Amino acid sequence: MDIVFQQVGYRYAADTPFETKALEDVNIHIQSGSFTALVGHTGSGKSTILLHMNGLLKPTTGSVLIGDTKVERHTKGKVLRELRSKVGIVFQFPEHQLFEETVEKDIMFGPMNFGMDEERARQKAHELVALLGLPEDVLQKSPFDLSGGQMRRVAIAGVLAFEPEVLILDEPTAGLDPRGQKEIMNLFLRLHKEQNLTTILVTHSMEDAARYADDIVVMNAGTTVAQASPEEVFSTNIALDNGLELPQAYQFQRQLEEKLGRSLGEVCLTEEQFVRAYSRLLKEGISHA
Amino acid sequence: MLEKMIIGRYVPGTSFVHRLDPRSKLLFIFFFIFTVFLANDLLSYSLLLAFTFFAVWLTQIPFRFLFNGLKIVFYLILFTFLMHVAFTKGGEVLFSIGRFHIYEEGLKQGFFISIRFFTLIFMTTLLTLTTSPISVTDGVERLLNPLNALKFPVHELALMMSIALRFIPTLMDETDKIVKAQVARGSDLNTGTLKERFQAVVPLLIPLFINSFKRATDLAVAMEVRGYRGGEGRTRYRQLAWQGRDTLVLLVLFAFSGVLLYLRMKG
Repeated sequence: MDIVFQQVGYRYAADTPFETKALEDVNIHIQSGSFTALVGHTGSGKSTILLHMNGLLKPTTGSVLIGDTKVERHTKGKVLRELRSKVGIVFQFPEHQLFEETVEKDIMFGPMNFGMDEERARQKAHELVALLGLPEDVLQKSPFDLSGGQMRRVAIAGVLAFEPEVLILDEPTAGLDPRGQKEIMNLFLRLHKEQNLTTILVTHSMEDAARYADDIVVMNAGTTVAQASPEEVFSTNIALDNGLELPQAYQFQRQLEEKLGRSLGEVCLTEEQFVRAYSRLLKEGISHA
Repeated sequence: MLEKMIIGRYVPGTSFVHRLDPRSKLLFIFFFIFTVFLANDLLSYSLLLAFTFFAVWLTQIPFRFLFNGLKIVFYLILFTFLMHVAFTKGGEVLFSIGRFHIYEEGLKQGFFISIRFFTLIFMTTLLTLTTSPISVTDGVERLLNPLNALKFPVHELALMMSIALRFIPTLMDETDKIVKAQVARGSDLNTGTLKERFQAVVPLLIPLFINSFKRATDLAVAMEVRGYRGGEGRTRYRQLAWQGRDTLVLLVLFAFSGVLLYLRMKG
């Protein structure tokens, strides 16, 4: 599903003395099936944007088009519910939403709410536990007896269980150890490709944005300042102008290029890319001018 | 509705009432509760209302703000009023609807009790509106100090109060987050039968409880590692200072009570 933001503005507590502006003139076009990263400083409006993507917030001005559902200021609740079954959000620290007696029941909560029958939901829970690399016996355990990393996976399974077409991830790896982070991100990438999902990743990590995304939306002070490919965002001034860091591999590449006085011929956003480009350069021979 | 509620909120300011010592304000409220019960006729209730409005004026908090914030409470007052009108008997029958009689006494009682309610709620709300939660707990702690002699854990009580107040906004934020997460998973909080709505609250309450317990443990550990050992021998950063105006406020209240008492005796 394409997601289109048209001149979206959002004000908290609109029409009261406590009104605060959170978004202004936000324009985004997310292609169906793309992997988009949403980056920007803390307080730049990233989280407010993602709440608009499944109708948890409605724009004060402008409109959000998700597939063929249009959400405006006065859109009715029933339409939004329908929308929510297609757009899954993995919130920051999703383990805080676990509540059921068993892991199985918790994963089944979402799909059953959206009208999936019990047998199918249970089957889904079993599939997902295996997919997320959790041992089979966690299904009958209480989610509160699991380790932090396992709880995170169960919570993610709870969102994947209702088979959303759009998957929104808000800092999904925050607080995990580096190995867990990598595993979870690779899992999302795999799901993205296998199930042809439209994935939106809200992140502070430029490494993740560079590595996984096809497209990056840059936010600053409640408005969208750019939407471009990772190469463009990092190799032009877009990233630096908006106070974003460059991925380490690219930082290193720039320093190296300056030292050598020549270019690697491409923008290397990941270590692998850099290693490849640099070995090619070595093979060609560095001319010591 | 909830964001408009002002019970328990603090509005910073520098009015006469804001600058009063929390102890004098607490004592004032304590004695005011008794004063309210001294009123018993039209004149004394009018005086009570006037007294309350004067207090509101002194705080410099816009009356509209106060009025809007207490709207929910007014429904409660209206309810009590109607109950009295409907069920209190005595005096002349003013009019009847079928077998239902409205008595003069009922109307009078309903009216007076509403005023009582109204003034009590206004005054107590003024206390929290003009006194920061920390000052309130400081005040309570100092006022209850004599109870220490009876081995009553005054400091611990005050600490519990301040921790509870401190975590209200945190819990509000957290509730908001959990609501969003569960709604995103298809939880429906606004439609369905009463039973379904109650069931929909479970997925909110359980995470909230669990997170609160975790937070409590964290806080306890954080206090422990910083060597917290209770109130004994502890000095304070904010010293409370009783001033002339504090005595004045209490004297005014006593004088007012005296007037009401006199009216009651005479009438």
